[in-house]
Amino acid sequence: NLQESESENKLDGETASDSESKSEFGGSPPVPTSDDTPEVLNRALSNLSSRWKNWWVRGILTLAMITFFFIIIYLGPMVLMTIVMCVQIKCFHEIITIGYNVYHSYDLPWFRTLSWYFLLCVNYFFYGETVTDYFFTLVQREEPLRILSKYHRFISFALYLTGFCMFVLSLVKKHYRLQFYMFGWTHVTLLIVVTQSHLIIHNLFEGMIWFIVPISCVICNDIMAYMFGFFFGRTPLIKLSPKKTWEGFIGGFFATVLFGLLLSYVMSGYRCFTCPVEFNNDTNSFTVDCEPSELFQLQEYNIPLVLQSVVGWKTVRMYPFQIHSIALSTFASLIGPFGGFFASGFKRAFKIKDFANTIPGHGGIMDRFDCQYLMATFVNVYIASFIRGPNPSKLIQQFLTLRPDQQLHIFNTLKAHLVDKGLLGSPEDA
Amino acid sequence: QEVYLEERLRELDLRSDSDVPDVPPPTDSTPEILKRALSGLSARWKNWWIRGILTLAMISGFFLIIYLGSFMLMLLVLSIQVKCYHEIITIGYRVYHSYDLPWFRSLSWYFLLCVNYFFYGETVADYFATFVQRREQLQFLIRYHRFISFALYLTGFCMFVLSLVKKHYRLQFYMFAWTHVTLLITVTQSHLVIQNLFEGMIWFLVPISSVICNDITAYIFGFFFGRTPLIKLSPKKTWEGFIGGFFSTVVFGFVFSYFLAQHQYFVCPEEYNSETNRFVTECEPSELFQMKKYSLPPLLQAVLGWEAVNMYPFQMHSIALSTFASLIGPFGGFFASGFKRAFKIKDFADTIPGHGGIMDRFDCQYLMATFVHVYITSFIRGPNPSKLLKQLLVLQPEQQLNVYKTLKSHLLEKGILQPSLRG
Repeated sequence: NLQESESENKLDGETASDSESKSEFGGSPPVPTSDDTPEVLNRALSNLSSRWKNWWVRGILTLAMITFFFIIIYLGPMVLMTIVMCVQIKCFHEIITIGYNVYHSYDLPWFRTLSWYFLLCVNYFFYGETVTDYFFTLVQREEPLRILSKYHRFISFALYLTGFCMFVLSLVKKHYRLQFYMFGWTHVTLLIVVTQSHLIIHNLFEGMIWFIVPISCVICNDIMAYMFGFFFGRTPLIKLSPKKTWEGFIGGFFATVLFGLLLSYVMSGYRCFTCPVEFNNDTNSFTVDCEPSELFQLQEYNIPLVLQSVVGWKTVRMYPFQIHSIALSTFASLIGPFGGFFASGFKRAFKIKDFANTIPGHGGIMDRFDCQYLMATFVNVYIASFIRGPNPSKLIQQFLTLRPDQQLHIFNTLKAHLVDKGLLGSPEDA
Repeated sequence: QEVYLEERLRELDLRSDSDVPDVPPPTDSTPEILKRALSGLSARWKNWWIRGILTLAMISGFFLIIYLGSFMLMLLVLSIQVKCYHEIITIGYRVYHSYDLPWFRSLSWYFLLCVNYFFYGETVADYFATFVQRREQLQFLIRYHRFISFALYLTGFCMFVLSLVKKHYRLQFYMFAWTHVTLLITVTQSHLVIQNLFEGMIWFLVPISSVICNDITAYIFGFFFGRTPLIKLSPKKTWEGFIGGFFSTVVFGFVFSYFLAQHQYFVCPEEYNSETNRFVTECEPSELFQMKKYSLPPLLQAVLGWEAVNMYPFQMHSIALSTFASLIGPFGGFFASGFKRAFKIKDFADTIPGHGGIMDRFDCQYLMATFVHVYITSFIRGPNPSKLLKQLLVLQPEQQLNVYKTLKSHLLEKGILQPSLRG
């Protein structure tokens, strides 16, 4: 009888009530956070009271992170890709560690190994797809790469299946439910962390401005909402995060839109930010050089009559991209915070104060990046829907795998279309 | 540190399992008529007969739907998907049922709707390109499809965040994750099944039949010859059943493909004819479905006495499909068995008398559907030409010219295009 033989009663009981009396952190003993603050800061701030000390530590670390961000941007796309990858791995590690801690005292075989294996598989799949799309000519030249890319999906699926079968074989009689929970936990984490980090990289390849402006808007909204809340905050926004206020929310929204407009204006002037990242076959490096698309060429816009009287100008010169930046900043301020609320709810559900202690004063990497995830997906969907068409080299690559008669058919249709549009001379010259 | 750990575990109630309600014994849903007919037999044989009759009923139903055509098949796949999703969500709901979780059911169904909308828009729209071109509103929906789907999903996500209730955070997060993993399993794979179907009904029929055949033959071999247990998870499975089932399924797949490959109805990709507003399956059969002579390796020549054999190339592929169905497909079944033991349920539901729920019948099919899809995209089919053309026409004029020049040089090089007389 199934029900009698399972003695996994001791293992996990998910109760609905998270120990009702202890809804705030004050009631339950928090995870003891080791103080990561570097010694040098500790000494410099030893005189201040603990509240101001905390404020200063956060402030200094914020500046340090922003400076670091600028340095990486200066170093170029390759370094950025590497950083995104490291952040992804660290976030995955943090979430998996939480899951592991929650179910920690049980000797679950293979859990950690399998989680890392799945991370590897999913990353292999995504990087393979990205590399095949963007590095098409490089891939075609090298024989092993060509085979790997042709059968890429099959190989990735086979790798994933191996992990799946290992999981099934690793099921231990007393720990079934726990193991299924951990399997689910791993997969949801992969879904959140890995897919979105790859969307960020896709955005990056579209042009660094599509990477920098969204991330900066989220950071700006964080900081501005905090400041407005600090000075003007009265009405609480949501029960989940008692420190957030409506004043901070609305003030942050307007400040972020303004910031986005200004930042886009400054960045649109530079090719290194606005051009798509391309891999140059001859120099074997990334190049960011192109004719700026019309999004990044100044245009005259008529100001609506209402604003004319306020501002005193009849027209203004703006980049079309700045209009898009308004959409991005709006999303960052209005919907981005929901990612933060989600993470807050998650932390309360599992009774942790921070995801980890990686950054002193700020918590773990996930704490900093929780609002970014929704943003990355939004930017990617936005670009795919409103900005960019399909990737030409990917289309050529697909074309080359068709049958000759299909290729001929497409070629003739395209030719007729181009002649129609007047892009080609007479059909005979084509 | 030890004391702290103990306290935390007690806090998170990881020691007691008191809240997981025992599943009530399944109600007997066998129709009255069957009960009366079999009232004379002992309980064991009665069960055997019910299973047998229902198996035949399901197979007949299957043939009937195949006869009715691909549109009915699509509807059938969609209904099965919705039912599987419902079964899994109900289990989750029951496990945590005594708590009045707001919105859980509505949100789960809403997410199901969103994800289905997204997938149907992506896949089906490609096939109905001519149908869509004619209608303005549909064009708008197609062009901004991803954005609309994402906006719909986000609405659900924000509703979830707003619905978090103070005392139930952890439960709500568990249910959120449960919903998403279920969506991942049931919805994505049902769409892969439909894409396989569009490739040609044979790509839908042969894999499903191979899995069913493997189920039945492994059971029969195990019944007659079973000695060595296969895996602790499913004590009824035996190595003899496993291996016997493998060989039978390969032979079955081989023979079944031979018959199916002869009919255009099964072999041709689905196309939507805009004039008649119906699906048509008529085409020049591709080379996969044209008889070829294969020379037998000398070993088999000696055994069988033939020198060469006429086969369809597709039959070689069917060997790969049957092998997967027999060797890896069962892991899907083991996964479902482990899941049932983990949550102390005997069957997913009581929908089919003697067999349990729909999920019980389809647990091995899921891995199969994904495998067939990956197999087709890797080894068989190239990209869809009309989709490619559509994307080409959307490019910037400058990009189109570049692509045109690259294509032209490629075609000239391969000799597919003859250089024009003017040079």
